Amino acid sequence: MDSDLRELYQQVILDHHRHPRNFGELDSPDGRAEGFNPLCGDRVNVELKFGAEGRIEHVAFTGQGCAICTASASLMTECLTGKTREEGEALVEDFRELVTGTRDAAPGDAEERLGKLAIFAGVREFPVRVKCATLPWHTFHAALASESGRVSTE
Amino acid sequence: MSTATGDRASTRPLDVRSEFPLLRREIGGHPLVYLDSAATTQKPMAVLAAERDFYERLNANVHRGVHRLSVEATEAYEGARGQVAGLLGAEDPREIVFVRGATEAINLVAQSYARPRLSPGDEILVTWMEHHSNLVPWQLVAEQTGAHVRGIPMDDRGVLDLEAYERMLGSRTRVVAVGHVSNALGTVNPVARLAELAHGVGAAVVVDGAQSAAHVPVDVQALGADFYAISGHKAFAPMGTGALWGRLALLDEMPPWMGGGDMIRSVSFQGSTWADVPAKFEAGTPNAGGIVALGAAIEWMSAIGLDRIREHEDDLLRYGTAALAAVPGLRLIGTAPDKVAILSFVLEGVHPHDVGTILDREGIAVRTGHHCAQPVMEHFGVPATTRASLSVYNTREDLDALVAGLQRVRQLFGQE
Repeated sequence: MDSDLRELYQQVILDHHRHPRNFGELDSPDGRAEGFNPLCGDRVNVELKFGAEGRIEHVAFTGQGCAICTASASLMTECLTGKTREEGEALVEDFRELVTGTRDAAPGDAEERLGKLAIFAGVREFPVRVKCATLPWHTFHAALASESGRVSTE
Repeated sequence: MSTATGDRASTRPLDVRSEFPLLRREIGGHPLVYLDSAATTQKPMAVLAAERDFYERLNANVHRGVHRLSVEATEAYEGARGQVAGLLGAEDPREIVFVRGATEAINLVAQSYARPRLSPGDEILVTWMEHHSNLVPWQLVAEQTGAHVRGIPMDDRGVLDLEAYERMLGSRTRVVAVGHVSNALGTVNPVARLAELAHGVGAAVVVDGAQSAAHVPVDVQALGADFYAISGHKAFAPMGTGALWGRLALLDEMPPWMGGGDMIRSVSFQGSTWADVPAKFEAGTPNAGGIVALGAAIEWMSAIGLDRIREHEDDLLRYGTAALAAVPGLRLIGTAPDKVAILSFVLEGVHPHDVGTILDREGIAVRTGHHCAQPVMEHFGVPATTRASLSVYNTREDLDALVAGLQRVRQLFGQE
């Protein structure tokens, strides 16, 4: 099996695909958006709730997608919990740069912020799959911006 | 005759791979296994040579000049019209209109034939398994006229429900639009029976032949169709080539769809008059080199014989169906008794997109997604499928490679 594939489908990614975390809907969320990739039919709904001091208390998702999309959404919900709106937005940008390959894997602030999300660096070797990884993040971004946003990759 | 057994007829298995330069490619160190012919077929050397020859020897605008090149280019272009007429069993080459592909052909029929005839409350029946190209043009014309589009249901094998269809037909039915062969399921639809019933209520029958021309013999008279659309690129010809066949009496009555050069009899600021069919529908400079190559593709197919091509692909279909059935967790989508060599499937626990990426790393090209047939996905309750679609140049070894690739998918996803 080639190493790029092993890199893409790491055990952590497969685990989050099989057992997605924070999968479900929230009671009275503060923000919500629906993401859709018309090319492959991937669909992700993201809901979020703010807690004390303007920090994200809970992010949850539902939907149907490939392993990359589902794992990305699952890990995203874990990583965003406890972040402020601004920190969340910054992470969206860090993640986008990570999977599109516009940021090197060199250590730095972003590397620290990304933490375990760094396992998605392998996606950059598969340009047609970048949208699978970023769809949940675009949808989160839309959920922050509006209470009933809708986002499409196209 | 398209159905005639050609020069190459013999009892040997078909082996045409060497005629397709692209099939020699390697993908990431693996020999290419091309299983995406329903998206587009690869092109044999005879077709590539014909297009090249047009530009090296004949290139001039068709129907325009008195000079020798223009005359020869026109002869080659019109020769291809005769070949398409022969392939489809048309009575008259004037019944063939060259277009960019089946999509354009169907839009032409929807706008030029149907639109002037549709009133609010009229009905257009479209099968539930249509490609978007034989659904959306009807939705557009329905919106423009107040007509309704209704879906003819199918069962869980992907076979049309003829009883439901009969009940849907009525005095308001104006058009029945049906794919000869389904791109997502492989089903060969009983067009002759559908047409007979449609004509019983005075409806016109529009057949999308994009998936049939390279796989099954077509005879528009026997099918009883009123219009038949084909795409050249799905039948070994270049992209951007296609043809619409329509009954001469209907084409004669229809207004032009696009205006421009070559489709007029006379033009003045007081008004213009139209050329006869088919020129009336061929405004602007056509893809003449591509159309000439379409003629070469038809010649190439006819030399083998569509019957023989179907026989070869039937063998692959039987072999592939059995091989895929042995893959644990695999469910075939589309199991009609009469189908072409299209194997659409889902694999338990693995999204088609992931299947496609992993197979690609093995050099195996399949299509993943909704195949521009979202109502089909909805019917089967899946967001997408993986589709292996075969052609005359495929072999049993290609299917063995597919099955081996799927085993690797299962390994990687920890399912064995």
